[in-house]
Amino acid sequence: MSSLAATLSDSVVITKRNLIKVKRVPDLIVFATLSPIMFVLLFRYVFGGAIGGLPPGVSYAEFLLPGIFAQTIVLGSTTTGASIAEDLQKGLIDRFRSLPMARSAVLVGRTVADLGLNAISIAVMALTGLVVGWRIHSSVPEAIAGFAVLLLFAYAISWFMALVGLLVRVPEVVNNASFMVIFPLTFLANTFVPLESLPSVLRTFAEWNPVSAVVQAARDVFGNTSPLAPTPEVWSLQNPVLYTLIWVGVILAVFVPLSVRRFGSAASR
Amino acid sequence: MHATGKSAGELSVGGPSVRGMTDAIVVEGLVKRYGATTALDGVDLTVAEGSVLGLLGPNGAGKTTVVRTLATLLAPDAGRVEVLGLDVGRGADQVRAAIGLTGQYAAVDEYLTGYENLEMVGRLYRLGKAESRRRAGELLERFDLTDAANRPAKTYSGGMRRRLDIAASLINRPRVLFLDEPTTGLDPRSRLAMWEFIAELADGGTTILLTTQYLEEADRLADRMVVIDRGRVIARGTADELKAQVGGQRLELTVTDAAVLPGMVERLRPLAVDEPNVGDQGRRLSLPVSGGAEVLVEALRRLDGGTAQIVDVGLRRPDLDDVFLALTGRAAEEVAADDPTAEPATTGGAR
Repeated sequence: MSSLAATLSDSVVITKRNLIKVKRVPDLIVFATLSPIMFVLLFRYVFGGAIGGLPPGVSYAEFLLPGIFAQTIVLGSTTTGASIAEDLQKGLIDRFRSLPMARSAVLVGRTVADLGLNAISIAVMALTGLVVGWRIHSSVPEAIAGFAVLLLFAYAISWFMALVGLLVRVPEVVNNASFMVIFPLTFLANTFVPLESLPSVLRTFAEWNPVSAVVQAARDVFGNTSPLAPTPEVWSLQNPVLYTLIWVGVILAVFVPLSVRRFGSAASR
Repeated sequence: MHATGKSAGELSVGGPSVRGMTDAIVVEGLVKRYGATTALDGVDLTVAEGSVLGLLGPNGAGKTTVVRTLATLLAPDAGRVEVLGLDVGRGADQVRAAIGLTGQYAAVDEYLTGYENLEMVGRLYRLGKAESRRRAGELLERFDLTDAANRPAKTYSGGMRRRLDIAASLINRPRVLFLDEPTTGLDPRSRLAMWEFIAELADGGTTILLTTQYLEEADRLADRMVVIDRGRVIARGTADELKAQVGGQRLELTVTDAAVLPGMVERLRPLAVDEPNVGDQGRRLSLPVSGGAEVLVEALRRLDGGTAQIVDVGLRRPDLDDVFLALTGRAAEEVAADDPTAEPATTGGAR
């Protein structure tokens, strides 16, 4: 077997292993889908009436859903870190490292399985969104591209979280630490409110925040904007798809090699 | 102890045949540091192909570090570490394909069934789908897990998990097997069963390096032993050789109240040929003596009037516990702590 084929085959074995856990612990999938539904309903009906400054011709449901998509899948990718820390604690990483398997396979298998979970979350949210008034106004290929950009970004974040999990090694701490980063990142953005409402320093941060670009990209591609809306002033939001893809490329280029290297010397104690 | 060492020359398991007593494991001058702490400070050991080595030592002695280095999980800071003639660093993948590792904690995926765990490990050893399934079935049967094969490992008892873990490390028919405290935390019945499995493997010609804190376990399973303490080898040899190092008979005495023991130690000290050991929370005394029954009579005479507290007294040949205590010197420290006025045994005789 060539080394690429061997790496792929090992990764498939590990992905399968991770998905079996989802099957055996249905709570995982229940909560992974309930919390997005809860978010959609809360924001739509509790904050929806109070949040102003929306572009003319866009309902809050249309504005909100791409934001909820982005926040939920970014949160979803934090499970990568906690799961890897758990495998380390339980000695499974030791077992894997003592096998003649591809070094990257455990991390590839993990991130791919988490991508699968995120895809399920996004499907559930999209259905909930349709119920509360969100619509896709573009073509099918564009809609698919929109979901793909969202999932791609989440996949890149998974690799960052993999490194965090390998370094921190305690699942609970990984979770708490990642909330400290993920919450500001997803709230200091155009996720739930229009950027125009933010004070200037925060606004600059939010304009260049990759999460804003992901959300803007999804809104553009799904057609959840209005021709009456003002054109964004910054390059990142004028070219949100390109800007997002640059971030994805940079994150993967940095964190895939770092995580794989760290995995090679990972120890539970 | 069984005699696996004898058959080492004839048996060869998986791979090219090996003639004579080739060393399957060679460790020379192994040093491992963690920051300022030196975990291993120049460890040397060899294990002949087909034999069982017991690696003994107290907690924190460095046993696990030796195993992790041999299993390619840790890179040594200095020294030569070879398994089947392959350097564990440069030849890591070849070493991994030829070894099995069972760590201190059963490394099984608790959400997977026993069968799925084994099949997964087989696939990762690149045995192919059909062979992985066949081996999984065989090993489940051999380790008495067939009935539980389709239950998630979460539902297994400690002994079952440990068996599944060992089964996983045997999927590839390893020529060299590392067992890190394979019976720690097992109940006595599971421990006995585990000993039988290990003895069978050894009889089949697998080279085994086994770490343990239980001397009975090493005595029963290992052909040779290496005792390490604080990252250094402090003794090596067969069980008999180690026992010979400690010397002859021991007078053993257990009392109901630890408070009376220091006085007894003083009265018996003239009979000792070496430092006495006090254990079992100060209630048990083990005294190296020379001579036979007359020593016992003399000891009881010296304790005359103070024997009401004694629940057990007798002479016995040293076991590995004595070896261990004598070598690591832990018990001598305990005696000193219990009785700060204690003098060396050699001068005590003059009183």
